[in-house]
Amino acid sequence: ELTDTESTRLPHFDKILIANRGEIACRVIRTARKLGIKTVAVYSDVDKDSLHVKLADEAYCIGPAPSAESYLRADKIIDVCRRSGAQAVHPGYGFLSENAQFSETLAKEGIVFIGPPAPAIVSMGSKSESKNIMAAAGVPCVPGYHGDEQVPQFLFEEATRIGFPVLIKAIHGGGGKGMRTVTTPTFAAFQEALSSAQRESLKAFGNDTVLVEKYIERPRHVEVQVFADTFGGVVSLWERDCSVQRRNQKIIEEAPAPGLSAELRADLSSKAIAAAKAVNYVGAGTVEFIFDNDTEKFYFMEMNTRLQVEHPVTEMVTGLDLVEWQLEVAAGNPLPLAQSSIPLVGHAFEARIYAENPRNNFLPDSGPLLHLSTPMPTHIFASSFPAIPPSSGASSLADLTPSLSSHNSMVILPSVRLEEGFKQGSQIGVYYDPMIAKLVVHGRDRTEALRMLRKALDEYHVVGVSTNVEFLRALAGNQAFINEEVETGFIPKHFDELFPPILAPSPELLAQAALFVVLRDHPISSPTLQSPWTSLTSRRFGGDVYERTIALQEENAASDSIPVTVHVKPAGPAHFDVTVRTAGGDTHFTSVAAQLISPTTLSSTLNDAYTRVTVVSQPPAPGVPATSAPNTMERIHIFADGAKTTLALPSPKWLLSLSEEILGAGKGALRAPMPSLVVEVRVKLGERVEKGQAVVVLESMKTETVLRADVAGVVKAVGCKNGEMVEEGRQLVEIEEDDVSAE
Amino acid sequence: GRALVSSLAKRKCQCRRPYHASVLPSLVSTASPEFAAKAAAMDALVADIEAKTAQARLGGGAKAAERFRSKGKKLPRERFVLRTLNDIRVTQNGWTAPRLNLLLDPHTPFLELSPLAAHDVYPGAAIPGAGLITGVGRISGRECMVIVNDPTVKGGAYYPLTVKKQLRAQEVARSIGCRACILWNLVSPGAALPYQANVFPDKEHFGRIFYNMAQMSALGIPQIASIHGISVAGGAYVPAMADENIIVRNQGRIFLAGPPLVKAATGEEVDEETLGGGMMHSSESGVTDHLANDDEHAGGHRRPGEGRGGGGTAVRPARGAAVPPSELHGIVGTDVRQAFDMRDVIARVVDGSRFREFKKEYGPTMLTGFAHIHGYEVGIVANNGILFSPSALKATHFIELCSQRKIPLLFLVNVTGYMVGSKAERGGIAKDGAKMVRAVACADVPKLTVIVGGSFGAGNYGMAGRAYSPRFLWMWPNAKISVMGSAQLSQVMTAVSTDPAQHASLQSEIEEQSTALYSTARLWDDGIIRPTDTRDVVGLALGWQRGGRRGRAKGLDDVGWDVSPPGLRRVQDNE
Repeated sequence: ELTDTESTRLPHFDKILIANRGEIACRVIRTARKLGIKTVAVYSDVDKDSLHVKLADEAYCIGPAPSAESYLRADKIIDVCRRSGAQAVHPGYGFLSENAQFSETLAKEGIVFIGPPAPAIVSMGSKSESKNIMAAAGVPCVPGYHGDEQVPQFLFEEATRIGFPVLIKAIHGGGGKGMRTVTTPTFAAFQEALSSAQRESLKAFGNDTVLVEKYIERPRHVEVQVFADTFGGVVSLWERDCSVQRRNQKIIEEAPAPGLSAELRADLSSKAIAAAKAVNYVGAGTVEFIFDNDTEKFYFMEMNTRLQVEHPVTEMVTGLDLVEWQLEVAAGNPLPLAQSSIPLVGHAFEARIYAENPRNNFLPDSGPLLHLSTPMPTHIFASSFPAIPPSSGASSLADLTPSLSSHNSMVILPSVRLEEGFKQGSQIGVYYDPMIAKLVVHGRDRTEALRMLRKALDEYHVVGVSTNVEFLRALAGNQAFINEEVETGFIPKHFDELFPPILAPSPELLAQAALFVVLRDHPISSPTLQSPWTSLTSRRFGGDVYERTIALQEENAASDSIPVTVHVKPAGPAHFDVTVRTAGGDTHFTSVAAQLISPTTLSSTLNDAYTRVTVVSQPPAPGVPATSAPNTMERIHIFADGAKTTLALPSPKWLLSLSEEILGAGKGALRAPMPSLVVEVRVKLGERVEKGQAVVVLESMKTETVLRADVAGVVKAVGCKNGEMVEEGRQLVEIEEDDVSAE
Repeated sequence: GRALVSSLAKRKCQCRRPYHASVLPSLVSTASPEFAAKAAAMDALVADIEAKTAQARLGGGAKAAERFRSKGKKLPRERFVLRTLNDIRVTQNGWTAPRLNLLLDPHTPFLELSPLAAHDVYPGAAIPGAGLITGVGRISGRECMVIVNDPTVKGGAYYPLTVKKQLRAQEVARSIGCRACILWNLVSPGAALPYQANVFPDKEHFGRIFYNMAQMSALGIPQIASIHGISVAGGAYVPAMADENIIVRNQGRIFLAGPPLVKAATGEEVDEETLGGGMMHSSESGVTDHLANDDEHAGGHRRPGEGRGGGGTAVRPARGAAVPPSELHGIVGTDVRQAFDMRDVIARVVDGSRFREFKKEYGPTMLTGFAHIHGYEVGIVANNGILFSPSALKATHFIELCSQRKIPLLFLVNVTGYMVGSKAERGGIAKDGAKMVRAVACADVPKLTVIVGGSFGAGNYGMAGRAYSPRFLWMWPNAKISVMGSAQLSQVMTAVSTDPAQHASLQSEIEEQSTALYSTARLWDDGIIRPTDTRDVVGLALGWQRGGRRGRAKGLDDVGWDVSPPGLRRVQDNE
């Protein structure tokens, strides 16, 4: 029987194209390399130095930065297929991954789309249609209205029938876009949410059809990974829990879902398989369920017809390579394993590391990865587990109960996997998703996996953009999270614990920051340029002692707060006497041994405790005049004990006075607060504006910011145009203030 | 057998102990009573000297120090040796503030000279350290002689030993040649009058300080002065004699006589700031070259790393402008009558958009300053309007400075000419213009000229036109070159002509003859270049001419840039 399958086995492609960027492109390339398949990458202008371009065997530029002009251009991608001879296209996730037309066009060109057939995408792409199919196939759905009628009054009546609170969702929406919750049962409130959802959906997906659903108050997000082949075989690779979300987007995922009974797991899997079968699904897919914590019931939400961001957690607990499975299926081979042979071993987590500011409503950030150091990964792929012999019977409910026992005796070593798309120096731009990387851990049980996750997050250091690393660390250490009390409303519910007040930096930390500054300023004494003028550092004679004072300011300190000073005196070779002077008093550290082990690693012995901390200096952007704002100062980032502390070196008075001279006439000048895209310039040259009037609309990381006039006057200059990319600090509009004295 | 080999190897190792016949053996018994007695005596003496030195370092004492601090001023020692504050790495208005606000590089040694000078010398008067701090310190990676007046000691007045200490410092600096750089933190009323007989007249007295300065300047030893307080009379000549100086706003003052003396002499009543303040000297008299906002700011200007030539810092890693050069088109445009700020052009041509401006407040229609292009240091002379007398004098000073420091000159030309009219003529514009033309003609460094706008009349000559042998002269496509603007010229001709009709087509003729295309066709230039190519074209020219300025080996400095008779060649190194 084994020989039979071997002989009928179809070969893999020789060359595939990856129509994506970032970590997922790198992920697909890695599996392709493993299998000896050549890879073709595509990239936009701003991605020319990206990791995925370097990893691929060939790479082609497909246009400018906006994805509508590059990664979404099916014609250009097909053209690259022709030029490079790629036989198949892996779409990754996002972009063209769920675009049925793209899949069809590829088929016409004789190129294989590594994904489901077009009709399955179409059926599942429409939220209302998919629910009808599911209902017919016996998959439970959330009560709601999924019809074509879109008149607000009618939808409101439907909402009233379903019962508030309700959820308005764009049919083509996803990733939290085009989605609104309405709790107030009034038409006005409903209509406002409706039009807002429609607008967003129209902008993002070119379609504003919505559906209305019952809103579940304590829901969990549980999803099942399914895989289907062209022979009608469908298996479940078990479920994931992705309940903890912010801005309706996932940030941490785990497999298996905690607290599920074996029966519930089997039930979920069987319903997911039924869902896939109902649309003749092929390839990797995810059936998402909303799980009501209060009733333990689950409802079909949607099916994602692609490989998901969080697929690695499934890989870790099953020991499989899902991209490899995708390639097998796309090559026309049957699924590699029968349902009864699919393992479920240990527990895995994935933490998504985003460039964003959790304390500022998770607002996306952009900028260069000035410094990036990560925990050392132990694995590139999931480590595989011993094969489980397939059970005799056909797929039954028994098969959907993973034979955990067969692996209980196995020694599983905890593992860390890193899915990266960017390296130090890369730019996290405003054009694409601000996800920097995914940190994946696997352990024997949930406790062990969480411990691994906390340790790995402690070692994940980023400078240049704000990240959610510290937030994820707090989450992974949160008692309710440890206790498996997950739900989609987790963050608002545990807000205070997740965002503890920021404490003033300790004297030890301040001393370390000052020592870093002192040591990196020591003259460089190379063997070729040896001179006592560089080696006799800080040498004085006749009883005189050199002392240096470093002023430090907390990043978020009020502008009028007095900076902390740290006085550093040399006390023998590589030893210093340090005095930290804060409002709370002086702290002395005598004869502190300190040295820079690397340009970013400081070792020091404070109070007889030897510690190594990572310290990274971030110079201010050139050309930005110095002010009392920390981002115009040099900033020192210290990573110690799993927390990042940022201190700024205040600019001296004279530099500030020079800035005042430059910025003196700066009132009325509107500057870009962050690198962003100019969506709309609402004023023209010579036009009169009132104070507070919206002048420029910016978009950064899919979030709009409106710049308003800070003075009333006449527009004297417009330094940007619609659709232009502007850097931080760029003057966009200048308004000549009305002569107040003349009034 | 194997055991024997290993034991032999061990023995061999033991034989090769770290002993060498020339190593002096130490057989001193540190436990002997004689040793203990001698050590104790020496310890006591050292402690006594250190105590006296510490006392001398306090200068005029705690009270004087407090008086100074209360005025927001820094004590002399704070100014240059100790207690540096945070580093600054900000690009500010085109020029980078130095890494340190104060003078010496952080964590470098300071070798002080004669700290106990004048100890118990003057009966009834304590003059710690002779009121002067001198020593060798490291600034921007170079060892420099530092001379600092201590105003807490008798206001910084010069006693006989103060003069002697200063002359000795100059001698030391001169003995190590052009690498030295003297920095004077000036706060001095000049000679201590009761001692004038021992300070003023003789060969090794006050006058010798200026003699040395002039001599050392000719030897190419950079001398930079900064003024932090009142520098009057003899003290006023030191900054004036220095190659380059810095004054602190609302704090530094330079005058030959203070307000009381002025009132006594002429009856004029004037306050110190009006008479000789930083703003006045920087914007009107041109006595000072840099205006600092406070002591720390002056520390930045004083650093010899940038624009000071003469060291190993001429070449640094090249990097592009911080602002996009593509914006040049939109800044300059094609209408020569439309003014633009040349700083916007410079920012898009030079490395990191960094431009250290020289005499910024003086003659503002002329821009002078130091920058790097493709890593090569250049002195930039650029127009920002009509040339007035101060603009011409400023350019003259700057060209001479670059010439002395062997820094190539880049002329960025957009000049309509020298100012005309009775006011300008009375001001001696012709002579001042001539000074500039002479400086350009005699500049002993390579000159590169880029005409970015108009190059009209005598302005063409002052701005290193073709006749002044720039190594290269390039034009931008929009550039215009002629004796005067076409409209002006035809107006003049119409006015002076007997038959105005004859000149009807003159304007368009002149217009055509003044274009870059007309010029380049006749080889008046070395080609028309794209504005955005300026940086690379100039960079290549600098790199080629210098033959890699990287090596500043001895002897190279002696070679003049332009072919000049050997007699005119400056002697560079007296070693």
